[in-house]
Amino acid sequence: MTPGWWPTALATGALLAPYAVGLARRPPTLPAWSPWRTAAWVTGALLVAVAVSPPLAGLAATDHRAHMVQHLLLGMYAPLGLVLGAPARLLLGSVGPARGRRVSHLLHSAPVHVLSHPVPAAVLDVGALFVLYLTPLEAAVRAEPLVRWLVLGHFLAAGCLFTWSIAGTDPAPRRPVVRARALVLVAAAGAHAALAKLLYARAVRAGDVHASHAGAHDAAHRADAAVWMYYGGDGAELLLAVALLATWYRRRSPRARRPAGAVGHARAR
Amino acid sequence: MEVPQHRRSARAAALVGVGLMAAVDEVVFHQILGWHHFYDLGTPAAALLSDGVLHAAELVLLVAGGFLLADLARDRVLDRAAAWGGALTGAGAFQVFDGLVNHKVLGVHQVRYGVDLLAYDVAWNAAGLVLLAAGLLVLRGARRRSRDARDDGPAP
Repeated sequence: MTPGWWPTALATGALLAPYAVGLARRPPTLPAWSPWRTAAWVTGALLVAVAVSPPLAGLAATDHRAHMVQHLLLGMYAPLGLVLGAPARLLLGSVGPARGRRVSHLLHSAPVHVLSHPVPAAVLDVGALFVLYLTPLEAAVRAEPLVRWLVLGHFLAAGCLFTWSIAGTDPAPRRPVVRARALVLVAAAGAHAALAKLLYARAVRAGDVHASHAGAHDAAHRADAAVWMYYGGDGAELLLAVALLATWYRRRSPRARRPAGAVGHARAR
Repeated sequence: MEVPQHRRSARAAALVGVGLMAAVDEVVFHQILGWHHFYDLGTPAAALLSDGVLHAAELVLLVAGGFLLADLARDRVLDRAAAWGGALTGAGAFQVFDGLVNHKVLGVHQVRYGVDLLAYDVAWNAAGLVLLAAGLLVLRGARRRSRDARDDGPAP
């Protein structure tokens, strides 16, 4: 039995409806919500919808390339849109002071603090890929639809966590400095690229030994998927680096900084 | 009047030079000419990881260098000559590094397959050395000019 269009409809509704409510409830006393944030969120939601849509999800059970497209969309590109949509900021602005304090309390709690640090987030995101693709879990994902959906959910959740820890614009307690986040990004993207090449090598070798036509066909798909993983990862890393450095560039704008004269005076004294 | 930031300009542009040269390598030699392979299967696993991290670092350097240059330009303290020198030096240094460490020491891949490698290796590294030398010359000129400008200016 296939779930059909249900996941697509569910994902779209679950992502777009609360955001729309948040926008509608935003008090007019607060600064206007940037349309770019809304556009980013809607793009992220649409990418999730595409990734779980029946044409792609149906193909993913047998064709590794379709699974890889799902991984790229759910794990890297959709999270970028969702994170740049600044959902936590929208929530804090539209729930009122009492509930806002509770949300803020939750954001400052120890588990959130640990999980949203770039290093654990990177391990959950990229580390899990090593476990998924290099262990028998991969066969289970192919055979069991339920496991497959769980893995897709993990892609999205871990992808959002990692993206938020690197380039989130939401207020976050004790975010590491830009240089540290850039280093974690390099390490995570480097591990992703290395895994892609490793999978490519495995697929090519498997294609050489498979005598059966179906086996060779599957190996060829896997080799293609590994190449897509490599270059798709590059694209996501590039966008993530731009998003990260853009937060630095904005913070250093003359409007955000103290005037240069004041700094000079402070140093002179 | 803002004083041009010689050192910061050169450093930011060097990051861009490294990133651009890596991108040229990727686009021209991997994609257009097809001389290098995506992965030639001869690479040991440890080199694979270091290659992946280097590749990832190049992209971040390119983006970071671009934003650093934009920040200097916004503050009107970008030293253009120093930036050109830095970019050429970075590009040349990367080319030589790629030719010696990636191709020869790590053995990630070669310049081209099925040909006599020596001519290609010499051309590859010579091109890198020329870029590197040109960059260092431009940097020296820029440094002298910025020192002269400071000497001519009012005493601090």
